[in-house]
Amino acid sequence: MAEPHPHPNRLWRNPEPKRVYDVVIVGGGGHGLATAYYLARNHGISDVAVLERGWLAGGNMARNTTVIRSNYLRDESADIYEHSLKLWESLSQELDYDILFSQRGVLSLVHSLGDRRESMRRVYANRLNGIDAEWLTPEEVKAFCPIVNISPDVRYPVIGGTLQRRGGIAKHDYVAWAFARKADEMGVDLIQNCEVTGFDVEGDRVRGVHTNRGLIAANKVALCAAGHSTVLAEMIGLDLPIQSHPLQALVSELLEPVLNCVVLSSAVHVYVSQAHKGELVMGAGIDPYNSYAQRGSPQVIEYQLAAACELFPIFSRAHVLRTWAGIVDVSPDASPILGLTPIENLFINCGWGTGGFKATPGAGWVYAHTIASGAPHPLNAPFALERFTTGALIDEHGAAAVAH
Amino acid sequence: MLIPCPWCGDREDIEFKYGGSAQVAYPADPASADDATWARFLFYRPNPRGKMAERWVHTAGCRRWFNLVRDTVTHEITPP
Repeated sequence: MAEPHPHPNRLWRNPEPKRVYDVVIVGGGGHGLATAYYLARNHGISDVAVLERGWLAGGNMARNTTVIRSNYLRDESADIYEHSLKLWESLSQELDYDILFSQRGVLSLVHSLGDRRESMRRVYANRLNGIDAEWLTPEEVKAFCPIVNISPDVRYPVIGGTLQRRGGIAKHDYVAWAFARKADEMGVDLIQNCEVTGFDVEGDRVRGVHTNRGLIAANKVALCAAGHSTVLAEMIGLDLPIQSHPLQALVSELLEPVLNCVVLSSAVHVYVSQAHKGELVMGAGIDPYNSYAQRGSPQVIEYQLAAACELFPIFSRAHVLRTWAGIVDVSPDASPILGLTPIENLFINCGWGTGGFKATPGAGWVYAHTIASGAPHPLNAPFALERFTTGALIDEHGAAAVAH
Repeated sequence: MLIPCPWCGDREDIEFKYGGSAQVAYPADPASADDATWARFLFYRPNPRGKMAERWVHTAGCRRWFNLVRDTVTHEITPP
Protein backbone atom coordinates (compact mmCIF):
# COMPACT_ATOMS: atom_id res chain seq x y z
CA MET A 1 0.00 0.00 0.00
CA ALA A 2 1.37 3.44 -0.87
CA GLU A 3 2.21 5.78 2.00
CA PRO A 4 -0.47 8.40 2.59
CA HIS A 5 0.94 11.57 1.11
CA PRO A 6 0.04 15.16 1.91
CA HIS A 7 -2.93 16.05 -0.23
CA PRO A 8 -2.23 18.84 -2.72
CA ASN A 9 -4.81 21.52 -3.35
CA ARG A 10 -5.22 20.51 -6.98
CA LEU A 11 -4.94 16.99 -8.39
CA TRP A 12 -5.38 18.02 -12.00
CA ARG A 13 -5.31 21.12 -14.19
CA ASN A 14 -8.57 22.63 -15.31
CA PRO A 15 -7.67 23.37 -18.94
CA GLU A 16 -9.61 25.13 -21.65
CA PRO A 17 -10.48 22.64 -24.38
CA LYS A 18 -8.21 22.65 -27.43
CA ARG A 19 -9.88 22.71 -30.87
CA VAL A 20 -8.51 19.30 -31.89
CA TYR A 21 -7.62 16.09 -30.11
CA ASP A 22 -6.54 12.66 -31.20
CA VAL A 23 -9.14 11.05 -28.92
CA VAL A 24 -12.18 12.58 -27.23
CA ILE A 25 -13.78 10.54 -24.44
CA VAL A 26 -17.35 11.57 -23.64
CA GLY A 27 -18.04 11.02 -19.95
CA GLY A 28 -15.67 11.75 -17.06
CA GLY A 29 -16.68 8.98 -14.72
CA GLY A 30 -14.55 6.11 -13.52
CA HIS A 31 -14.50 4.32 -16.86
CA GLY A 32 -13.74 7.47 -18.86
CA LEU A 33 -10.87 8.45 -16.57
CA ALA A 34 -9.45 4.90 -16.51
CA THR A 35 -9.68 4.76 -20.31
CA ALA A 36 -7.79 8.04 -20.63
CA TYR A 37 -5.13 6.81 -18.20
CA TYR A 38 -4.55 3.53 -20.05
CA LEU A 39 -4.56 5.28 -23.44
CA ALA A 40 -1.61 7.32 -22.21
CA ARG A 41 0.09 4.59 -20.20
CA ASN A 42 -0.28 1.56 -22.48
CA HIS A 43 -0.50 3.15 -25.90
CA GLY A 44 1.38 6.44 -25.61
CA ILE A 45 -1.71 8.38 -26.69
CA SER A 46 -1.98 11.43 -24.49
CA ASP A 47 -3.54 13.90 -26.92
CA VAL A 48 -6.80 13.04 -25.24
CA ALA A 49 -9.70 15.03 -23.80
CA VAL A 50 -12.20 13.68 -21.32
CA LEU A 51 -15.39 15.75 -21.60
CA GLU A 52 -17.63 15.79 -18.58
CA ARG A 53 -21.01 17.52 -18.43
CA GLY A 54 -20.82 18.08 -14.66
CA TRP A 55 -17.85 17.43 -12.42
CA LEU A 56 -15.51 14.44 -12.64
CA ALA A 57 -16.90 11.18 -11.26
CA GLY A 58 -20.10 12.81 -10.03
CA GLY A 59 -22.54 10.33 -11.59
CA ASN A 60 -22.65 6.63 -10.85
CA MET A 61 -19.02 6.72 -9.73
CA ALA A 62 -20.14 8.82 -6.76
CA ARG A 63 -23.26 6.76 -6.12
CA ASN A 64 -22.29 3.10 -6.27
CA THR A 65 -21.71 0.71 -3.39
CA THR A 66 -18.10 -0.09 -4.42
CA VAL A 67 -18.36 -3.88 -4.44
CA ILE A 68 -15.47 -5.52 -6.30
CA ARG A 69 -15.52 -9.19 -7.29
CA SER A 70 -14.96 -11.38 -10.35
CA ASN A 71 -17.03 -14.51 -9.65
CA TYR A 72 -19.19 -14.35 -12.77
CA LEU A 73 -20.60 -17.45 -14.42
CA ARG A 74 -19.68 -17.22 -18.09
CA ASP A 75 -16.14 -17.60 -19.41
CA GLU A 76 -16.27 -14.24 -21.20
CA SER A 77 -17.37 -12.41 -18.05
CA ALA A 78 -15.00 -14.28 -15.79
CA ASP A 79 -12.09 -13.28 -18.03
CA ILE A 80 -12.86 -9.55 -18.18
CA TYR A 81 -13.84 -9.16 -14.52
CA GLU A 82 -10.86 -11.20 -13.34
CA HIS A 83 -8.57 -9.05 -15.47
CA SER A 84 -10.09 -6.09 -13.68
CA LEU A 85 -9.69 -7.65 -10.23
CA LYS A 86 -6.02 -8.34 -10.92
CA LEU A 87 -5.55 -4.68 -11.85
CA TRP A 88 -7.31 -3.63 -8.62
CA GLU A 89 -4.82 -5.70 -6.65
CA SER A 90 -1.94 -3.43 -7.63
CA LEU A 91 -3.85 -0.23 -8.41
CA SER A 92 -2.76 1.73 -5.32
CA GLN A 93 0.91 1.22 -6.24
CA GLU A 94 0.23 1.74 -9.94
CA LEU A 95 -1.47 5.09 -9.36
CA ASP A 96 0.63 6.03 -6.32
CA TYR A 97 -2.52 6.74 -4.35
CA ASP A 98 -4.02 4.74 -1.52
CA ILE A 99 -7.46 3.90 -2.89
CA LEU A 100 -8.31 1.88 0.27
CA PHE A 101 -8.74 -1.33 -1.70
CA SER A 102 -9.69 -3.92 0.88
CA GLN A 103 -9.98 -7.61 -0.06
CA ARG A 104 -12.23 -8.45 2.85
CA GLY A 105 -14.19 -11.13 0.98
CA VAL A 106 -17.54 -11.09 -0.80
CA LEU A 107 -20.04 -13.52 0.68
CA SER A 108 -23.13 -14.37 -1.41
CA LEU A 109 -25.89 -15.93 0.65
CA VAL A 110 -28.07 -18.75 -0.59
CA HIS A 111 -31.67 -19.18 0.55
CA SER A 112 -33.24 -21.91 -1.59
CA LEU A 113 -32.35 -25.24 -3.18
CA GLY A 114 -32.53 -23.77 -6.66
CA ASP A 115 -30.24 -20.98 -5.52
CA ARG A 116 -27.87 -23.58 -4.06
CA ARG A 117 -27.61 -25.53 -7.30
CA GLU A 118 -26.90 -22.37 -9.28
CA SER A 119 -24.40 -21.11 -6.73
CA MET A 120 -22.45 -24.38 -6.65
CA ARG A 121 -22.44 -24.40 -10.44
CA ARG A 122 -20.98 -20.90 -10.30
CA VAL A 123 -18.33 -21.98 -7.76
CA TYR A 124 -17.19 -24.81 -10.06
CA ALA A 125 -17.31 -22.56 -13.15
CA ASN A 126 -15.22 -19.96 -11.31
CA ARG A 127 -12.62 -22.54 -10.28
CA LEU A 128 -12.32 -23.81 -13.85
CA ASN A 129 -11.62 -20.21 -14.84
CA GLY A 130 -8.93 -19.82 -12.17
CA ILE A 131 -11.05 -17.60 -9.94
CA ASP A 132 -11.11 -18.24 -6.21
CA ALA A 133 -14.51 -19.49 -5.07
CA GLU A 134 -15.67 -21.46 -2.07
CA TRP A 135 -18.92 -23.02 -0.98
CA LEU A 136 -19.76 -22.43 2.69
CA THR A 137 -22.22 -24.27 4.89
CA PRO A 138 -24.44 -22.12 7.13
CA GLU A 139 -22.04 -22.77 10.04
CA GLU A 140 -19.10 -21.71 7.89
CA VAL A 141 -21.05 -18.60 6.85
CA LYS A 142 -21.54 -17.81 10.53
CA ALA A 143 -17.84 -18.42 11.27
CA PHE A 144 -16.79 -16.09 8.45
CA CYS A 145 -19.35 -13.38 9.19
CA PRO A 146 -20.51 -13.76 12.81
CA ILE A 147 -23.38 -11.26 12.66
CA VAL A 148 -25.32 -13.12 9.96
CA ASN A 149 -28.48 -14.73 11.31
CA ILE A 150 -28.47 -18.41 10.24
CA SER A 151 -31.53 -19.34 12.26
CA PRO A 152 -33.94 -21.60 10.36
CA ASP A 153 -36.86 -19.60 11.80
CA VAL A 154 -36.75 -16.71 9.34
CA ARG A 155 -38.68 -16.13 6.14
CA TYR A 156 -35.69 -16.95 3.92
CA PRO A 157 -33.24 -19.01 5.99
CA VAL A 158 -29.56 -19.03 5.03
CA ILE A 159 -28.79 -22.52 3.73
CA GLY A 160 -25.27 -21.76 2.59
CA GLY A 161 -23.17 -19.23 0.76
CA THR A 162 -20.40 -18.70 -1.74
CA LEU A 163 -17.28 -16.76 -0.89
CA GLN A 164 -14.74 -14.97 -3.02
CA ARG A 165 -12.03 -14.02 -0.56
CA ARG A 166 -10.23 -11.78 -3.06
CA GLY A 167 -13.35 -9.65 -3.50
CA GLY A 168 -13.88 -6.50 -1.48
CA ILE A 169 -14.36 -2.76 -1.69
CA ALA A 170 -12.39 0.40 -2.52
CA LYS A 171 -12.92 4.10 -1.91
CA HIS A 172 -14.68 5.21 -5.09
CA ASP A 173 -13.73 8.91 -5.00
CA TYR A 174 -10.06 8.07 -4.48
CA VAL A 175 -10.15 5.70 -7.45
CA ALA A 176 -11.50 8.44 -9.70
CA TRP A 177 -9.10 11.06 -8.37
CA ALA A 178 -6.12 8.71 -8.68
CA PHE A 179 -6.88 7.94 -12.34
CA ALA A 180 -7.62 11.61 -13.03
CA ARG A 181 -4.37 12.82 -11.46
CA LYS A 182 -2.19 10.33 -13.35
CA ALA A 183 -3.99 10.89 -16.66
CA ASP A 184 -3.58 14.65 -16.21
CA GLU A 185 0.13 14.23 -15.43
CA MET A 186 0.58 12.40 -18.72
CA GLY A 187 -1.05 15.25 -20.65
CA VAL A 188 -4.70 14.28 -20.83
CA ASP A 189 -7.07 17.28 -20.67
CA LEU A 190 -9.88 16.73 -18.17
CA ILE A 191 -12.59 19.19 -19.16
CA GLN A 192 -15.51 19.66 -16.79
CA ASN A 193 -18.75 21.54 -17.40
CA CYS A 194 -18.47 20.56 -21.02
CA GLU A 195 -21.65 19.01 -22.35
CA VAL A 196 -21.76 17.24 -25.68
CA THR A 197 -24.73 18.55 -27.67
CA GLY A 198 -24.13 16.80 -30.99
CA PHE A 199 -21.64 15.14 -33.28
CA ASP A 200 -19.73 16.31 -36.31
CA VAL A 201 -20.28 13.59 -38.88
CA GLU A 202 -19.08 13.18 -42.45
CA GLY A 203 -20.73 10.27 -44.24
CA ASP A 204 -20.61 7.41 -41.78
CA ARG A 205 -17.54 8.77 -40.03
CA VAL A 206 -17.44 10.87 -36.87
CA ARG A 207 -15.05 13.85 -36.92
CA GLY A 208 -15.70 15.51 -33.60
CA VAL A 209 -18.26 16.67 -31.08
CA HIS A 210 -20.30 19.81 -30.66
CA THR A 211 -20.28 21.02 -27.07
CA ASN A 212 -21.53 23.95 -25.04
CA ARG A 213 -17.93 25.18 -25.35
CA GLY A 214 -17.74 24.89 -29.11
CA LEU A 215 -16.77 22.31 -31.69
CA ILE A 216 -14.00 19.92 -30.68
CA ALA A 217 -12.56 17.88 -33.52
CA ALA A 218 -11.19 14.40 -32.91
CA ASN A 219 -9.77 11.50 -34.85
CA LYS A 220 -11.67 9.16 -32.55
CA VAL A 221 -14.65 9.62 -30.25
CA ALA A 222 -15.28 7.21 -27.38
CA LEU A 223 -18.64 7.20 -25.61
CA CYS A 224 -18.55 6.38 -21.92
CA ALA A 225 -21.74 7.81 -20.46
CA ALA A 226 -23.39 4.93 -18.59
CA GLY A 227 -27.06 5.78 -17.89
CA HIS A 228 -27.13 8.50 -20.54
CA SER A 229 -25.57 6.40 -23.31
CA THR A 230 -28.74 6.17 -25.38
CA VAL A 231 -29.32 9.93 -25.11
CA LEU A 232 -25.86 10.54 -26.55
CA ALA A 233 -26.03 7.78 -29.15
CA GLU A 234 -29.37 9.07 -30.39
CA MET A 235 -27.67 12.35 -31.34
CA ILE A 236 -25.63 10.46 -33.91
CA GLY A 237 -28.40 8.06 -34.97
CA LEU A 238 -26.94 5.03 -33.21
CA ASP A 239 -29.47 2.74 -31.53
CA LEU A 240 -28.41 0.85 -28.42
CA PRO A 241 -30.29 -1.99 -26.70
CA ILE A 242 -30.08 -0.19 -23.38
CA GLN A 243 -32.74 0.76 -20.84
CA SER A 244 -31.97 3.31 -18.11
CA HIS A 245 -33.22 2.54 -14.61
CA PRO A 246 -32.73 4.04 -11.15
CA LEU A 247 -30.58 2.01 -8.78
CA GLN A 248 -30.94 3.05 -5.18
CA ALA A 249 -28.44 2.87 -2.34
CA LEU A 250 -28.30 4.13 1.22
CA VAL A 251 -25.97 4.59 4.18
CA SER A 252 -26.43 4.42 7.92
CA GLU A 253 -24.81 6.74 10.41
CA LEU A 254 -21.18 5.97 11.34
CA LEU A 255 -20.96 2.84 13.47
CA GLU A 256 -18.18 0.91 15.16
CA PRO A 257 -16.81 -1.92 13.04
CA VAL A 258 -19.49 -4.64 13.03
CA LEU A 259 -19.34 -6.09 9.53
CA ASN A 260 -16.05 -7.61 8.35
CA CYS A 261 -16.93 -8.45 4.74
CA VAL A 262 -19.29 -7.71 1.86
CA VAL A 263 -22.54 -9.67 2.02
CA LEU A 264 -24.83 -10.10 -0.99
CA SER A 265 -28.17 -11.79 -1.11
CA SER A 266 -29.81 -11.93 -4.52
CA ALA A 267 -32.86 -13.76 -3.21
CA VAL A 268 -33.85 -11.13 -0.66
CA HIS A 269 -32.47 -8.23 -2.71
CA VAL A 270 -29.90 -6.62 -0.47
CA TYR A 271 -26.16 -6.15 -0.41
CA VAL A 272 -24.20 -4.52 2.36
CA SER A 273 -20.69 -3.64 3.47
CA GLN A 274 -19.25 -1.31 6.05
CA ALA A 275 -17.21 1.55 4.66
CA HIS A 276 -13.83 2.43 6.14
CA LYS A 277 -15.35 5.48 7.79
CA GLY A 278 -17.95 3.31 9.55
CA GLU A 279 -21.24 3.72 7.72
CA LEU A 280 -23.14 0.66 6.53
CA VAL A 281 -23.52 0.93 2.76
CA MET A 282 -26.47 -0.92 1.27
CA GLY A 283 -27.96 -1.41 -2.13
CA ALA A 284 -30.86 -3.30 -3.64
CA GLY A 285 -32.18 -4.15 -7.08
CA ILE A 286 -33.04 -1.59 -9.72
CA ASP A 287 -36.39 0.14 -9.73
CA PRO A 288 -38.44 -1.57 -12.44
CA TYR A 289 -39.34 1.46 -14.58
CA ASN A 290 -37.20 3.53 -16.95
CA SER A 291 -36.05 6.78 -15.41
CA TYR A 292 -33.42 9.48 -15.56
CA ALA A 293 -34.59 11.12 -12.33
CA GLN A 294 -31.85 9.83 -9.99
CA ARG A 295 -34.50 8.87 -7.44
CA GLY A 296 -36.53 5.73 -6.89
CA SER A 297 -39.57 4.38 -5.09
CA PRO A 298 -39.55 4.12 -1.27
CA GLN A 299 -40.76 0.51 -1.15
CA VAL A 300 -37.46 -0.65 -2.67
CA ILE A 301 -35.68 0.87 0.33
CA GLU A 302 -38.26 -0.60 2.70
CA TYR A 303 -37.84 -4.13 1.33
CA GLN A 304 -34.07 -4.03 1.38
CA LEU A 305 -34.04 -2.77 4.98
CA ALA A 306 -36.52 -5.47 6.03
CA ALA A 307 -34.27 -8.09 4.45
CA ALA A 308 -31.16 -6.56 6.02
CA CYS A 309 -32.70 -6.51 9.50
CA GLU A 310 -33.72 -10.16 9.22
CA LEU A 311 -30.28 -11.23 8.03
CA PHE A 312 -28.50 -8.95 10.51
CA PRO A 313 -30.61 -8.44 13.65
CA ILE A 314 -27.83 -6.22 15.01
CA PHE A 315 -28.75 -3.60 12.36
CA SER A 316 -32.26 -3.11 13.71
CA ARG A 317 -31.40 0.03 15.67
CA ALA A 318 -29.18 1.62 13.05
CA HIS A 319 -30.59 4.65 11.28
CA VAL A 320 -30.76 5.44 7.61
CA LEU A 321 -28.79 8.62 7.16
CA ARG A 322 -29.14 9.18 3.43
CA THR A 323 -30.59 7.48 0.36
CA TRP A 324 -29.96 8.27 -3.28
CA ALA A 325 -30.12 6.75 -6.75
CA GLY A 326 -27.96 6.57 -9.83
CA ILE A 327 -29.10 5.89 -13.38
CA VAL A 328 -27.83 2.56 -14.61
CA ASP A 329 -27.66 1.35 -18.21
CA VAL A 330 -29.17 -2.11 -18.34
CA SER A 331 -28.55 -4.35 -21.35
CA PRO A 332 -30.74 -7.32 -22.35
CA ASP A 333 -28.25 -9.96 -21.17
CA ALA A 334 -26.91 -8.04 -18.13
CA SER A 335 -23.50 -7.82 -19.79
CA PRO A 336 -21.69 -4.74 -21.04
CA ILE A 337 -21.40 -3.49 -24.62
CA LEU A 338 -17.81 -2.55 -25.34
CA GLY A 339 -16.32 -2.14 -28.77
CA LEU A 340 -16.76 -0.67 -32.21
CA THR A 341 -19.92 0.84 -33.67
CA PRO A 342 -21.30 0.96 -37.22
CA ILE A 343 -20.01 4.56 -37.32
CA GLU A 344 -16.35 4.81 -38.18
CA ASN A 345 -14.07 6.16 -35.42
CA LEU A 346 -16.91 6.03 -32.88
CA PHE A 347 -16.51 3.61 -29.98
CA ILE A 348 -18.96 2.56 -27.32
CA ASN A 349 -18.63 1.44 -23.70
CA CYS A 350 -21.95 1.00 -21.90
CA GLY A 351 -24.40 -1.52 -20.53
CA TRP A 352 -22.51 -2.24 -17.32
CA GLY A 353 -25.80 -1.82 -15.51
CA THR A 354 -25.50 -2.15 -11.77
CA GLY A 355 -21.92 -3.43 -11.78
CA GLY A 356 -19.63 -1.01 -13.56
CA PHE A 357 -17.52 0.09 -10.61
CA LYS A 358 -15.72 -3.23 -10.18
CA ALA A 359 -14.80 -3.16 -13.86
CA THR A 360 -13.30 0.36 -13.78
CA PRO A 361 -9.64 -0.57 -14.38
CA GLY A 362 -10.40 -3.58 -16.58
CA ALA A 363 -12.87 -1.74 -18.78
CA GLY A 364 -10.49 1.21 -19.09
CA TRP A 365 -7.69 -1.15 -20.10
CA VAL A 366 -9.57 -2.94 -22.89
CA TYR A 367 -11.44 0.17 -24.06
CA ALA A 368 -8.12 2.00 -24.44
CA HIS A 369 -6.82 -0.94 -26.47
CA THR A 370 -9.94 -0.92 -28.65
CA ILE A 371 -9.66 2.83 -29.28
CA ALA A 372 -5.91 2.80 -29.90
CA SER A 373 -5.85 -0.17 -32.27
CA GLY A 374 -9.28 0.24 -33.84
CA ALA A 375 -10.05 -3.40 -33.01
CA PRO A 376 -11.32 -5.03 -29.83
CA HIS A 377 -8.99 -6.52 -27.24
CA PRO A 378 -9.56 -10.32 -26.97
CA LEU A 379 -11.20 -9.71 -23.59
CA ASN A 380 -13.91 -7.42 -24.94
CA ALA A 381 -14.38 -8.99 -28.39
CA PRO A 382 -17.33 -11.11 -27.13
CA PHE A 383 -19.01 -7.95 -25.76
CA ALA A 384 -19.57 -6.37 -29.18
CA LEU A 385 -22.85 -4.69 -30.10
CA GLU A 386 -23.37 -7.29 -32.87
CA ARG A 387 -24.09 -10.04 -30.35
CA PHE A 388 -27.72 -8.92 -30.18
CA THR A 389 -28.03 -9.69 -33.88
CA THR A 390 -25.94 -12.87 -33.96
CA GLY A 391 -27.58 -14.18 -30.79
CA ALA A 392 -24.27 -14.83 -29.01
CA LEU A 393 -25.53 -13.32 -25.76
CA ILE A 394 -23.57 -13.49 -22.51
CA ASP A 395 -26.35 -14.16 -20.05
CA GLU A 396 -25.27 -12.98 -16.61
CA HIS A 397 -28.67 -12.37 -15.05
CA GLY A 398 -27.99 -15.04 -12.45
CA ALA A 399 -24.63 -13.64 -11.43
CA ALA A 400 -25.42 -10.02 -11.99
CA ALA A 401 -29.00 -8.90 -12.07
CA VAL A 402 -29.59 -7.90 -8.48
CA ALA A 403 -26.35 -7.96 -6.58
CA HIS A 404 -23.85 -6.87 -9.18
CA MET B 1 -45.29 7.55 -7.53
CA LEU B 2 -49.07 7.50 -8.02
CA ILE B 3 -50.22 5.67 -11.14
CA PRO B 4 -53.70 6.32 -12.53
CA CYS B 5 -55.27 2.93 -13.26
CA PRO B 6 -58.05 3.62 -15.78
CA TRP B 7 -60.38 1.35 -13.81
CA CYS B 8 -59.31 1.76 -10.16
CA GLY B 9 -58.03 5.34 -10.06
CA ASP B 10 -54.78 6.61 -8.52
CA ARG B 11 -52.80 3.91 -6.71
CA GLU B 12 -49.22 3.68 -5.49
CA ASP B 13 -46.73 2.15 -7.92
CA ILE B 14 -46.12 -0.77 -5.54
CA GLU B 15 -49.47 -2.19 -6.75
CA PHE B 16 -48.29 -2.35 -10.37
CA LYS B 17 -45.84 -4.24 -12.52
CA TYR B 18 -43.99 -2.47 -15.29
CA GLY B 19 -44.38 -3.67 -18.85
CA GLY B 20 -41.80 -1.46 -20.56
CA SER B 21 -42.27 0.41 -23.78
CA ALA B 22 -45.72 0.45 -25.39
CA GLN B 23 -46.47 -0.11 -29.05
CA VAL B 24 -43.75 -2.64 -29.81
CA ALA B 25 -44.89 -4.18 -33.06
CA TYR B 26 -44.31 -7.84 -33.92
CA PRO B 27 -42.48 -8.17 -37.27
CA ALA B 28 -45.13 -7.85 -39.98
CA ASP B 29 -43.82 -10.78 -42.01
CA PRO B 30 -42.06 -13.03 -39.45
CA ALA B 31 -41.17 -15.77 -41.95
CA SER B 32 -39.03 -13.41 -43.99
CA ALA B 33 -37.66 -11.25 -41.15
CA ASP B 34 -33.86 -11.26 -41.01
CA ASP B 35 -31.66 -11.39 -37.90
CA ALA B 36 -31.40 -7.61 -37.69
CA THR B 37 -35.20 -7.31 -37.71
CA TRP B 38 -35.51 -9.89 -34.94
CA ALA B 39 -32.76 -8.18 -32.95
CA ARG B 40 -34.67 -4.90 -33.12
CA PHE B 41 -37.91 -6.58 -32.05
CA LEU B 42 -36.34 -8.55 -29.19
CA PHE B 43 -33.75 -6.23 -27.74
CA TYR B 44 -34.14 -2.64 -28.90
CA ARG B 45 -36.64 -0.41 -27.09
CA PRO B 46 -37.11 3.35 -26.84
CA ASN B 47 -35.26 4.78 -23.83
CA PRO B 48 -36.16 8.47 -24.01
CA ARG B 49 -35.11 11.12 -21.54
CA GLY B 50 -38.55 12.74 -21.41
CA LYS B 51 -41.99 11.49 -22.36
CA MET B 52 -42.26 7.72 -22.70
CA ALA B 53 -45.28 5.65 -23.80
CA GLU B 54 -45.32 2.56 -21.65
CA ARG B 55 -47.32 -0.42 -20.37
CA TRP B 56 -48.34 -1.15 -16.79
CA VAL B 57 -50.44 -3.89 -15.23
CA HIS B 58 -52.38 -3.40 -12.01
CA THR B 59 -51.24 -6.71 -10.47
CA ALA B 60 -52.51 -5.99 -6.94
CA GLY B 61 -55.81 -4.59 -8.17
CA CYS B 62 -57.89 -5.23 -11.28
CA ARG B 63 -55.00 -7.03 -13.05
CA ARG B 64 -55.68 -5.23 -16.28
CA TRP B 65 -53.05 -3.85 -18.64
CA PHE B 66 -53.09 -0.25 -19.84
CA ASN B 67 -50.88 2.35 -21.50
CA LEU B 68 -49.81 5.71 -20.20
CA VAL B 69 -47.29 8.42 -21.00
CA ARG B 70 -44.79 9.19 -18.24
CA ASP B 71 -41.95 11.67 -18.22
CA THR B 72 -38.76 9.77 -17.30
CA VAL B 73 -37.20 12.86 -15.75
CA THR B 74 -40.08 14.27 -13.67
CA HIS B 75 -42.19 11.08 -13.43
CA GLU B 76 -45.19 13.21 -14.40
CA ILE B 77 -47.92 11.05 -15.93
CA THR B 78 -50.25 12.16 -18.70
CA PRO B 79 -53.06 9.98 -20.07
CA PRO B 80 -52.33 8.35 -23.44
